[in-house]
Amino acid sequence: MSSNTRNLYLIPYVAWIALFVVAPILLIVYYSFFDVEGQLTLDNYAQFFTPVYLRMTLSSFWYAFLITAFSLLVAYPTAYWLTRTKHKRLWLMLIILPSWINLLLKAYAFLGLFGTYGLVNALLETIGIGARQILFTDFSFVFVSVYIFIPFMVLPIFNSLEELNPSLLYAARDLGASPWTTFRRVVFPLTLSGVKAGCQAVFIPALSLFMLTRLIAGNRVITLGTAIEQHFLVTQDWGMGATIAVFLVIVMALFMIATGERKVRRIR
Amino acid sequence: MKSIVRLFVGVFAAAFALMYVTSLLNSSQGYTGGNTLTIYNWGDYIDPELITEFEEQSGLKVIYQTFDSNEAMMTKVAQGGTTFDVAIPSEYAISKMKEDDLLIPLDHDKLPNMKYIDERFMDLPFDPGNEYSIPYFWGTVGIVYNPDMLDGRKLTSWNDLWDERLRNQILLVDGAREVIGMGLNSLGYSLNDTNEEHLQEAKRKLAALTPNVKAIVGDEIKMLIAGEEAAVGVVWSGDAAEMMWENEKLDYVVPKEGSNLWFDNMVIPRTARNIDGAHAFINFMLDPEVAARNAEYVGYSTPNAAALELLPEEISGDERFYPDAVLTAKLEVYENLGKRMLAHYNDLFLEFKMHRK
Repeated sequence: MSSNTRNLYLIPYVAWIALFVVAPILLIVYYSFFDVEGQLTLDNYAQFFTPVYLRMTLSSFWYAFLITAFSLLVAYPTAYWLTRTKHKRLWLMLIILPSWINLLLKAYAFLGLFGTYGLVNALLETIGIGARQILFTDFSFVFVSVYIFIPFMVLPIFNSLEELNPSLLYAARDLGASPWTTFRRVVFPLTLSGVKAGCQAVFIPALSLFMLTRLIAGNRVITLGTAIEQHFLVTQDWGMGATIAVFLVIVMALFMIATGERKVRRIR
Repeated sequence: MKSIVRLFVGVFAAAFALMYVTSLLNSSQGYTGGNTLTIYNWGDYIDPELITEFEEQSGLKVIYQTFDSNEAMMTKVAQGGTTFDVAIPSEYAISKMKEDDLLIPLDHDKLPNMKYIDERFMDLPFDPGNEYSIPYFWGTVGIVYNPDMLDGRKLTSWNDLWDERLRNQILLVDGAREVIGMGLNSLGYSLNDTNEEHLQEAKRKLAALTPNVKAIVGDEIKMLIAGEEAAVGVVWSGDAAEMMWENEKLDYVVPKEGSNLWFDNMVIPRTARNIDGAHAFINFMLDPEVAARNAEYVGYSTPNAAALELLPEEISGDERFYPDAVLTAKLEVYENLGKRMLAHYNDLFLEFKMHRK
């Protein structure tokens, strides 16, 4: 009886996983074996390993890496500083607030800010640096992406810093560790799980960014996400699009395993 | 484990049952709605007053829905969940929908106003004999530019875009056929060329254009050019008309080497329930007076010869949007190159995008 009721509660969860996780993955794997004319083939996989797609993969990884690295660089000190402030919940809220606004709206806002006659260029002009092209450059792409992903990096790091037992810091100080050593030997290793979670939350979506590549980078940055969008919406070559998606899923799984917790928590 | 498998199966079964019930409900609703007419059109692509007039004239209730891409429209029609009675896709979408059996042939006897359409725009390769579609609006692909930002210079040809003085000044529309077509046209080839050597030559030529290309963007191009973010844009004439409306300095030119001629045609999709009503609507829109008012409202080029005569001279005499016979002869309609060739075009376009400055 009790196991039956438990199964009943499982239904929404299982339904969700089955319909929106398992079924789509099976579908893309299935589609990846068909070419444009609907013939069963492995050509898509062969084509993926041609220079065009390999270069695209490389550039996707490079930009995703840059975005993750800069996010971490900004987010860690921010989270650290947050835990030290008086009204940390309020500050945290203010940092998370922008993520409630739709991504597309934020991208459009940056179109206005970074434009030739935008606010940023007007500012550069007044302080004497002079207007320059900001929109449609690598810089603007990485900058806007980092801006969008920062809350996802700050949150897990903030949580792991919060969980840190302060007595460990006192102990370190008592034993004569300098603030830098304390950070390097105590704080950072103990918050590594938060850093890993943050990197996962940023790197994986960054790999398949596609709207920003067009709006902010003007298609000067081509990622695998762009290629998938093209294949599904323009070429209608669902096979190739699915193949790239399969590849991304595999990479993401590998990345999760590599950065995941190694502890086995299962109790038999 | 067993119960989990059973759960999975149960969930899938429930999902399919729901899908079936939905389609049943939809179709039953469609049958009862004999006095409604659902029109599926691009956003802001009809004079709304004309819909009211049609409702009064025919006694039908019009449901007006919009789409923003041919692909989205085709997907919805293919799914068949909604009963669209009239849709207005572009020509390449029409040949695809024809292949996929998504269209109902038109009954020409119910469309007496068909005779007003200019001969030039009838019986085109994407729909021989106009069996499935009637032209609604047409246009070209060309160059919109801001003479003020170019020291008053005028652009007249595709090859003008390769000028070194246009460094970082060009915005391209994000379309493989448009950009590869531009490359082919600039070399004097047809934009439907499938010769591999010609395509590779076009690719190399486009690679040389890269330093001049500021960005390759979608609909934002209208806002960016009107806001003088760049001096030159390669766009559809309809978008150009909108930009020129926003920013009076802008000018539009159809390059002398030739370019693309596109159509948006009225069709009756498979999902139609009110086929008589759909014919009545198409015929209504073909009426010269109605077509003229619509053309004035929308700002695109009308294929209706009788309507063109009713339009003021400043519209009908504008050679940028109603090019003369010499130039029109050089314009080509996109042929359906087949999925494989289209995929190849797209790969070339992707390579062009990846070419770094």
